[in-house]
Amino acid sequence: MSLFATHANYWFAILIMMIGLYGIIAKRNLIKQAIALGIFQTGIFLFYVSMAVINGGTVPVWFLDEAGKKYAGPYDNPLPHCLMLTAIVVSVSVFAVAIAIIVNIKHAYGTIEEDEILNLEAEAAAGSEA
Amino acid sequence: MKEQLVLRVVAKCLIPPILIFGCYIITHGELSPGGGFQGGIVLASAFILHALIHGRATLHQAFPRNLWATIATIGALIFAGVGTYSLLRGGQFLDYGWIVPSHPAKGEPWGMTLVEYGVGLTVCSVMVLIYDMISEPAEDDPTVDEDSA
Amino acid sequence: MIDQAPVLLVVVPLLAGICCLFLRGQLLPWIWAQITTLAVLGIAIHLLFRVLNEGAVTYAMGNWPQEWGISYKIDAINIFVVLIVAFIGCVTTCYARQSIASEIPRDRHHQFYSMWLLALVGLLGITVTNDVFNIYVLLEVSSLTIYTLVAMGKTRDKRALTAAIRYVIIGSVGASFILVGIGYLLMVTGTLNLEDMARAIAALPEPERNRTVVVAFAFLFVGLSVKMALWPVHMWLPNAYGAAPSAVSALIAATATKVGIYMAVRFLFTVFGPDFTFLSLSTTVGQFTFSCSGILLTCACLGVLVTGIQAMQQRELKWILAYSSVGQIGYMVIGLALVNHAGLTGGIVHLLNHALIKGGLFMAAGCVVFRLGSQRLEDLAGLSKRMPITAAAILVGGLGLIGFPLTAGFISKWYLVSGAFEAGLWPVAAVLLTGSLFALIYVWRVVEVMYFTAPPENAVKVREAPLSMLICTWILVGGSVVLGIFAQPTVALAGHAAKQALTGHAQILGLPPVTTVPDPAVQEEVVP
Repeated sequence: MSLFATHANYWFAILIMMIGLYGIIAKRNLIKQAIALGIFQTGIFLFYVSMAVINGGTVPVWFLDEAGKKYAGPYDNPLPHCLMLTAIVVSVSVFAVAIAIIVNIKHAYGTIEEDEILNLEAEAAAGSEA
Repeated sequence: MKEQLVLRVVAKCLIPPILIFGCYIITHGELSPGGGFQGGIVLASAFILHALIHGRATLHQAFPRNLWATIATIGALIFAGVGTYSLLRGGQFLDYGWIVPSHPAKGEPWGMTLVEYGVGLTVCSVMVLIYDMISEPAEDDPTVDEDSA
Repeated sequence: MIDQAPVLLVVVPLLAGICCLFLRGQLLPWIWAQITTLAVLGIAIHLLFRVLNEGAVTYAMGNWPQEWGISYKIDAINIFVVLIVAFIGCVTTCYARQSIASEIPRDRHHQFYSMWLLALVGLLGITVTNDVFNIYVLLEVSSLTIYTLVAMGKTRDKRALTAAIRYVIIGSVGASFILVGIGYLLMVTGTLNLEDMARAIAALPEPERNRTVVVAFAFLFVGLSVKMALWPVHMWLPNAYGAAPSAVSALIAATATKVGIYMAVRFLFTVFGPDFTFLSLSTTVGQFTFSCSGILLTCACLGVLVTGIQAMQQRELKWILAYSSVGQIGYMVIGLALVNHAGLTGGIVHLLNHALIKGGLFMAAGCVVFRLGSQRLEDLAGLSKRMPITAAAILVGGLGLIGFPLTAGFISKWYLVSGAFEAGLWPVAAVLLTGSLFALIYVWRVVEVMYFTAPPENAVKVREAPLSMLICTWILVGGSVVLGIFAQPTVALAGHAAKQALTGHAQILGLPPVTTVPDPAVQEEVVP
């Protein structure tokens, strides 16, 4: 029980990652696969950001006390947050590229269900050999 | 959605503050949560909100598509240019200390803000371009009327 | 005066790739890209001389010290891969002028060459950086641009689109696994610099019992295997190489997976260290012992055999070459997993040899597609009479794949088989030779159709491919023959890289150098 309570953030991050992986493997619709890829990457962001928290930590900014002097208490690690900003940009870009390709697939094949596309490709391959 | 009164009026009230908020986020990126990417997305959301309410064609009336692509390129060039400026002055790439040679510490806010604005411009224009291209109706779709929303 | 060469290697194609979006037309973007790749090749050669004279070259981005900022470091392993990428980038850009002009609509050329240059930025950046997260970011930059480049083949072949979406999904999952591995390592070591990370992992008591380190290793292993197309997770490769535009196939077949293997060498040998990876990290389940070396060797050997059989069944030229690529990557991973100097030298020199051979073969296939419009084997009948120079290039490249003496493939196979014997692994040597046998079969299928089948009477009348494409093809294919005969320089360089890989970790930790690694300067050359 305590293993779950103290490591709850890792459990949830892995849970979200696995939901995303399940979607990529099991869904036939290409858009659903792209969305599941986004969910998978969101689990990774949660994992990194939760790694940054420390006990009794606050935001990593300067505060002013009554005399007007700057001080900073114990602050959470801002490095994983910065890394995840970049990773979020990467995730958005991958999603944009995937959507662009899927739109082109729709124009070329008329469908975005993976099994129907495979059937069409197999027919085309069989047709060109005949 | 132009006919909906509430949507139209609220959008008219909200779009200028959204634009200002986007610039605020970009500028405050060096001192508090914020930065180029986040501010750029907020800026883009203002344009996309306008396009949702008043129709996709309004995106092209103000800024033709080529201009969005050019702004994206210029934003990326600002980023790379700030880094290369330090290179040309004799320092390392992205070494902000060379931007104001007399006071190396003063160059850092300048460098960071310029870089954030470059990234913000690129992200805003790329997001608007993505929205524009993905919401393009197919040529043979009879249910969509291009001029109204 | 600071030498800016390490960062210029990345910044020059970055600026050029962004500016390329402003250039319209068909010829101007190509001229811009060609000038840029020539400049990058010049910078790479300058760095080669610096590394040979001084040892490792470091560069701190933004003038931040190493533990706070991103640094670039070029040592013997890096410079080898940098040279491969720069040289192949230059030659394929020269090839691309005619090939892309026929495969991509005119108004898209500026976007194509912009993506081309940004792909080079990503590939070169991965190779020179010393920061783990920078590797991930540049990996995604190169992957995204390569997804786009592959998808641009849709004008010629519809299958490029489904190949691209499959590549997107599988490649992104692989890169995300690498990201998770980096996250665990960041938690355990607190740093993102490769060298500091190596020191921090080694400073842990019993790192192989530390669950975080082991899980990080597992995630990184799977992610890197996807990126270098190790056998069970290679499924993105055949369609992506087969359906992409010809110049893109030539570029990515010769560079993208090589950079993936470089990343694996970096993580396995420099960050985790050969002791941890290959000695400490093993589990025993019942009677079976699973070790990293065993898993790599099993996957690579099965890859060589299974994809060899699959290559024999393909009906289209570029698909044969694509399945053959997975087998050849298996050879390189076998060299990695043998962990002795001969095996590692063979694996690393095969990076260059295969880049030349496969790059040349994909270029020759592109010449065939350019004139014939098709790459099906039945349409290649009698090619030796219709396009003799292209057919000869395919023949010589095929001999390199088999490992015929006097070609570069023979040199790599020699070192790999010596390494296998040295490690006492006879089955691996048998697999290497069986792989050559399979290569003989699928190369013979192509050569038989080209040389010993008469062209049909209603065959399309074709001339030879354009001169620029032929010259580029023969630069690579001829280079593989030249490096098969005069192998001394490349083998010496690969030997230095292998020594750096085996001893680099100990050097970082400040331990005395291992005395059992033979010094390549003393070792006699074994070239026949």
